[in-house]
Amino acid sequence: MVFIRQYLSHLLSLQTNIMETNEEKDFISHQANNSSRRDFLFQASTLSVGLAVASTLKAKGMPIDKFDVAQPGAITISLTVNGKKKTLELDPRVTLLDALRETMKMPGTKKGCDRGQCGACTVLVDGRRINSCLTLVAMCDGAEVTTIEGLGTEDRLHPMQEAFLKHDAFQCGYCTPGQICSAVGMLQEGHIKNDMDIKELMSGNLCRCGAYQNILDAIKEVQHSI
Amino acid sequence: MHPFTFFKAKDQQSAVQAITGKSTSKFVAGGTNLIDLLKMNIESPQQLVDINALDLKKIEPMANGNVRIGALVKNTDLAYDATISSRYPMLSQAILSGASPQLRNMATTGGNILQRTRCPYFWDKVMPCNKREPGSGCSAIVGYNRSNAILGTSSQCIATHPSDMCVALAALDATVHVQSATGERNIPFSDFHTLPGNTPEKENTLQPGEMITYIEIPAIPFASHSTYLKVRDRASYEFALSSAAVALDMNSDTIQAARLALGGIATKPWRATAAEQFLVGKKATVATYQAAADIALKDAKPFTYNAFKIELAKRTIISALQNIGG
Repeated sequence: MVFIRQYLSHLLSLQTNIMETNEEKDFISHQANNSSRRDFLFQASTLSVGLAVASTLKAKGMPIDKFDVAQPGAITISLTVNGKKKTLELDPRVTLLDALRETMKMPGTKKGCDRGQCGACTVLVDGRRINSCLTLVAMCDGAEVTTIEGLGTEDRLHPMQEAFLKHDAFQCGYCTPGQICSAVGMLQEGHIKNDMDIKELMSGNLCRCGAYQNILDAIKEVQHSI
Repeated sequence: MHPFTFFKAKDQQSAVQAITGKSTSKFVAGGTNLIDLLKMNIESPQQLVDINALDLKKIEPMANGNVRIGALVKNTDLAYDATISSRYPMLSQAILSGASPQLRNMATTGGNILQRTRCPYFWDKVMPCNKREPGSGCSAIVGYNRSNAILGTSSQCIATHPSDMCVALAALDATVHVQSATGERNIPFSDFHTLPGNTPEKENTLQPGEMITYIEIPAIPFASHSTYLKVRDRASYEFALSSAAVALDMNSDTIQAARLALGGIATKPWRATAAEQFLVGKKATVATYQAAADIALKDAKPFTYNAFKIELAKRTIISALQNIGG
């Protein structure tokens, strides 16, 4: 059963090895506690699939635990995420978005379209806002990444997060991490002269709930103080 | 995505070497088009060569008045550059009208000119597409072709070239510098992109083993008097239905020289040379602009769902000329 779980975990989440310091272990375990419902649902749903796959593999005489080995062409990437150094060994095809959400268990960054057309996956890489769905984590070796988890905590919100709360700048909340990271990145870019500029420069973040007016108000609240 | 190996190049030499003799190796810079194509299995390179560490990131005014732009300069940085925005405002405006801030932060000069069409049938592997699979047919000609081209088309392909930056580069007579293992060469921008003809799968004149290193823009004093107008269904974050890059050299109310290039309606970035020549010596009036627009769209071939683009493109040209010429 342990082998099945390992195999499926590898296959379905493209996850291999993460080397962590003790500090990082605390960070990851904190996240893991918050993701425990997610983990339970994942394991429960994969168990039934696993039984069928395992018996097929056994029938073919394939050793199941062999699949824990990384794919040929696997690469090792070191990057800093929210101030913590991470070293990952994984398939080159993994996007930064999937590495954050699945490999590093930081699901704050959302997958909206996975095609660079909605902005929900916006994070800051080396200080610039980008779409993590169209970036391979392989391209981020040595980079400094800031996600929504790194902007603020429950006890110490980022001013942009506080402004979004104050102005009710979200409804379902799914585009919101991308909106906040994008807004923070936009203010650092320094090209805003008026409200039209804010609207234009935030146009890479779609909101199907239509919270745009309140998002604008939230950004205006903090644009001169961040 | 099909599996690939990943190699991070340290310099130009190792980058070029990595693709020399390897037709299944591709460069990755910003990744905004390539990663998208990989996810849809439209392209399946066996090796990706990451060139982001190469020293091709500068915008350099040259002694002869030209400006040389490194292939890895981000679209955002190019658009906001002081030299570019003052000497070639059409180029700044074109870049800023495209994509989103996030995408512009990722996208590079070299990648932008290599971007592929957004024709929905090209992206849908279920549908026949001569560009994607030569000889399979063109679904757009008989299908929903609202976003497709009316200029430069062939019986094999009517896919629109989607770049805004390229329209400005076409108007400005840019030069594309490329490097291979055997040397360097320069490609005039008008010769870089190819018409679909009978080989729509071929989109540019890069030879195997070549890497784009720089784009050079010549000194054009009156290019500081230029603009880019983009017309589309949405106010932002969308490709053009029709666009125009115009520059006018005015002597009082007479046009001394003109540049005009069109986007959103052609299979490659479209320099409207005949319309430019017509404008020279004419008075800057709406009647002049209308006549120029008629010349520019003279050979336009409409399809079932994009015939409106002929009139739309003319009005785009006229508006852009009015914005600049009064």
